[in-house]
Amino acid sequence: MAMRPIATTRQVTGIPTGRLATWWVIGSEIVIFGGLLGSYLMHRLVNMQWANYAAHTNTWAGAFNTLVLLTSSLSAVLAHHAASHGDGKKAARYLWMTMGGGALFVAVKAVEWTHEIQLGYTISSNAFWAFYYTAAGLHALHVIAGVIIMGIISVACLKNEDLHRVELIGNYWHFVDLVWIFLFPLLYIAK
Amino acid sequence: MSDDHGPAHYIRIWAVLVALLVVSVVGPMFEIRVLTLVTAFGIAVVKAYMVAANFMHLKTEKPLAVYILATCLIFMFLFFAGTSPDVMRTEGNNWEKPGLKAIIAAGLEEGVGMHEGQH
Amino acid sequence: MAESVPAADVHAHDDHGHHEQSFASKYLFSTDHKMIAMQYMFTGMAMALIGGFFAYAFRMQLAFPGMDVPFWGQVSAAEYNALVTNHGTIMIFWVAMPVLIAAFGNYLIPLMCGCDDMVFPRLNRLSYQIFLLSAVVLIASFFVEGGAFGGAWTAYPPLSAKAEYSLTPLGSTIWVIAVALEFVAFLLGGINFVTTAMNSRAEGMGMYDIPVVIWMIVIASILFMASVGPLIAGAVMLVFDQTLGTNFFDPDRGGDPILWQHLFWFFGHPEVYVVLLPALGITADIMATFSRKKIFAYKTVLYTTFATGVLSFMVWAHHQFIAGVDPRMAHVFTITTLLISIPIAELCFVYIATLYKGSITLSTPMLWALAFLGEFLIGGVTGIFLGASGADVYFHDTYFVLAHFHYTFFPIAIIGTFAGVTYWFPKMFGRMMNETLGKIHFWGTVIPFNCIFIPLFFLGMGGQHRRIYNYENFPELAGQGMQDIRIFATVSLLVMLAFQVVFFINFIMSLRSGKKAPNNPWRANTLEWQTPSPPPHGNFGSEMPKVYRGPYEYGTPGREEDFWPQNAPS
Repeated sequence: MAMRPIATTRQVTGIPTGRLATWWVIGSEIVIFGGLLGSYLMHRLVNMQWANYAAHTNTWAGAFNTLVLLTSSLSAVLAHHAASHGDGKKAARYLWMTMGGGALFVAVKAVEWTHEIQLGYTISSNAFWAFYYTAAGLHALHVIAGVIIMGIISVACLKNEDLHRVELIGNYWHFVDLVWIFLFPLLYIAK
Repeated sequence: MSDDHGPAHYIRIWAVLVALLVVSVVGPMFEIRVLTLVTAFGIAVVKAYMVAANFMHLKTEKPLAVYILATCLIFMFLFFAGTSPDVMRTEGNNWEKPGLKAIIAAGLEEGVGMHEGQH
Repeated sequence: MAESVPAADVHAHDDHGHHEQSFASKYLFSTDHKMIAMQYMFTGMAMALIGGFFAYAFRMQLAFPGMDVPFWGQVSAAEYNALVTNHGTIMIFWVAMPVLIAAFGNYLIPLMCGCDDMVFPRLNRLSYQIFLLSAVVLIASFFVEGGAFGGAWTAYPPLSAKAEYSLTPLGSTIWVIAVALEFVAFLLGGINFVTTAMNSRAEGMGMYDIPVVIWMIVIASILFMASVGPLIAGAVMLVFDQTLGTNFFDPDRGGDPILWQHLFWFFGHPEVYVVLLPALGITADIMATFSRKKIFAYKTVLYTTFATGVLSFMVWAHHQFIAGVDPRMAHVFTITTLLISIPIAELCFVYIATLYKGSITLSTPMLWALAFLGEFLIGGVTGIFLGASGADVYFHDTYFVLAHFHYTFFPIAIIGTFAGVTYWFPKMFGRMMNETLGKIHFWGTVIPFNCIFIPLFFLGMGGQHRRIYNYENFPELAGQGMQDIRIFATVSLLVMLAFQVVFFINFIMSLRSGKKAPNNPWRANTLEWQTPSPPPHGNFGSEMPKVYRGPYEYGTPGREEDFWPQNAPS
C-alpha cells in the first residue's frame, strides 16, 4: 500500500475520511439515478399505455433478482462485521459470496434481456423500453463495478490489509441494492 | 459492537426484507390500483429505509452523513417538481403535444388487443 | 481523533522525504496537489487560448462577413456553428472549471487547511488525467468526418440528437462524451476537495476559521456534485439517441425535448454558481489582504453563500421561458430568480463594506478584485431583465442575453483567474510578478472587455438574434449602424487579445528573473503564506501548523504588526 499523506489520517468531522468520501459518492449517485428515474416516472405518469409494455417484463425474474441483491447485501454487511472484528479471511469469504450474488444478478439479467430482445423488445422499440434498458443497464454497470472492486478488496482482506475498505464497498453495495429496490416496482410491478 | 450489530440482527433484518419482498410481489396480483401502489412503492420506501438504517448503519452514523444524502435526495424532488409540469402533461395553457397524444392513443388501443389475447 | 492527530502527523511525515524523481513521476504521475494544480492551471490556460482563438475567428466573420480570416481562412456556416459551440463549451468546462475550482482548489485547500496533501492524492491525479483526456477528446472532434458539433453548448435536441439535423454524426457524440468525461473528472476532484476541507483541517481550525475562498470552493464543489447527476443521466440518454436509435428526446416518437432542457439547466444554472463562488472567494481574500481589514461579517458571508447555493437549485427554468414551459412554473421561476439576486447583492455590499475605511493598496491583484466586483455587478443587474419572464420574452436569444452572461462569466473566469494568479503567483513560483506589466495588462484587458460587450447590449435591444452566421441575409439587421457596432466589438476583442501577450511576457519573465518572493509578501494571515515560497513537498516542513484564530485578523489593536497569522501562538 502506498504511503498515505497526513491529511488522510485526520478526521475532524468524526467520520473516517474514506467513509465520508463514500457518502459523497453515494450522494452524487443519488442524483444520477434520481435524474434518470425521475425522468422515467414523469413519462410513465403521462404515458398510460406503458402499462401494456411493462406487462411484458418478467416479474419473477425481477423478484428473484431482488432476493439475490438483498441476500448479497446481507453477506456484505456480514463481511463488514467480520472485518470490524479483524477477521480478514472471513470478510473475504463473505465478500466472495456477495460477488457471487452480483454475478448471479447479472446472469439472470442477461437471460432475461436475451428473451426480451428475441421477442422484439429492443432499446429502440419505444420510449418505455428505452428507459427500461437504460435504467436497468446503468444499474447493472454499477453491479459489475461493485463486483470488480470487491474482488480487489477481498484480495487485500486475505492479507488483513486495509480492512476498513470492506465497510466502504459494503455501503456502496447497499446503495446499489437500494436503487434496485426502487427499480423493481418501477419497471416490473407497476402494470 | 453492541448486540444491535451482531450477525443475528442483520439476519433478522434480512428476513423482514424478504417478507416485504413477498408482499410487494403478491400485492399487485389482486390488480387493485391503490393496493398495487401501496404494496409496490410504499414497501419499497420501507425496504429502502431498513437497508439504509441497518445495513448502511445510518442509524448510528453521524448526522452529517444523513444530511449529505438527504440534501441530494431533496434536490431530486425539486427537480421532479420543476420538470414534471412540462413533461407529465400532453396539453396545457396554449400548448399541446399532438405527437405524444397520438402515440398514447395508439399504444392504449394496441394494448387492449394484446390484453384480450393474453387472458 | 483531534488529540491523536499530532502523533500520527509526525509519524506519517517521516515517509514524506525528498528524493530525486524522474521526469515522468514528477510531472506526469505526480500525486502532489501543487503539481496537479499547476497541471490544471496550464491546461486551462491552453484551452483558454483555443477558446479565445475561436472567439476571434467567429467575431471576424460577424464583423467582416465572408472575410478570409487570418490563421483560419473562410469561416463556413457549419464551422461558425462549431466555433461558437466549442467556444462556449471550452470556456465554461475547460477553462473556468479547471482553473477556478480545480487549480485553485487543489493548490489552496491543503495549504490553507494546513495539511500536506489532498486526502486522496491518487484519486486527484486520476481526476486530472481524465480531465486531460476529455480535453483531447473534445479537440479531436474538430478532426472527424462532418466536423465538430455545432448545436450550441446547451445541445438542445432534436438538433443534437439526430445526425440528420446536426449534420455532425461523429462530432456531436464525441462532444457529449468529452463533456461527460469532464464531469467524471470533476466529480472525483470535488469529492476530494470536500472531504479534505471537511476532515483534514489543521488542529484548532474550526468551521469559522476557514478562509472564505476555501468555503466557496467547497460549496461550489457540493453544488456541482448535487446538480450534475441529472445531466449525466441526460448525457447517457442523448448518446443513446444519437447512436442506438432511442427516442428519449424525439417528440414525434414519444420523447420530450423539453426534458433535456430541464436536465441540462438543472445542472447548468447551479454551474454558474459553481464557477462564480470560487471567484467570489478569491476576491474576498484579496480584498481583505489589500485593505488590511477583517472581512465584513464573515459569518454572514457564509450564510449568504449557503442561501445562494440552495436558491441556485430553484431557478433553472428561467433559461426556458420561451421554450414552452408551463406558464405557472414560469411565475415560480421568475420569483426565485429575482430572489437569488438578494444574497448576491448582499455579498457585493459585504465586499464594499470590507473596503470601507480600509487602508487600500491598489496592487495588481487588488485591481483585478475590484474590477471583478464592478463588472460582475453589471452582469447581475442586467440579469434582472432576463429573470423576469415578461421581459425575457423579448430579450431571449438576443445579444442582450449574450452580453449579460459574458458580463458574468468574463469577470468570473478571466478577471477572477487573473486576480488569483497574480495574488498567489509568489507562493506558487517563489517569485514576484512585475507590477507595471501587470497593471498594463489589467487596463488593457478590462477596458477592451467593456468595449466588446456594452455595444452588444445595444445590438441585443435592437433585436439582433444570437445564432446568426451572416447578418447580411437579414435586411433589418444588416444596416450600416449595426454593422459598425459589430466591427467596433470585434476590434475591441483584437485589442484585448493582443494585451494578453503582455500577461504571458510578464508570466515568463517573472518566472525566470522576477524578484525572489519572501514567504509572506502580502503580509497575509492564512496558512499558505506561513510556509516557504514555493512550499516544499509536504507543505509545512516537519511540523504541521496549529491554528489559533480566524483568517482575517488585520489591524488588531495593541499588536505591533497589522496582521496576525492564523498559526502564530498568542
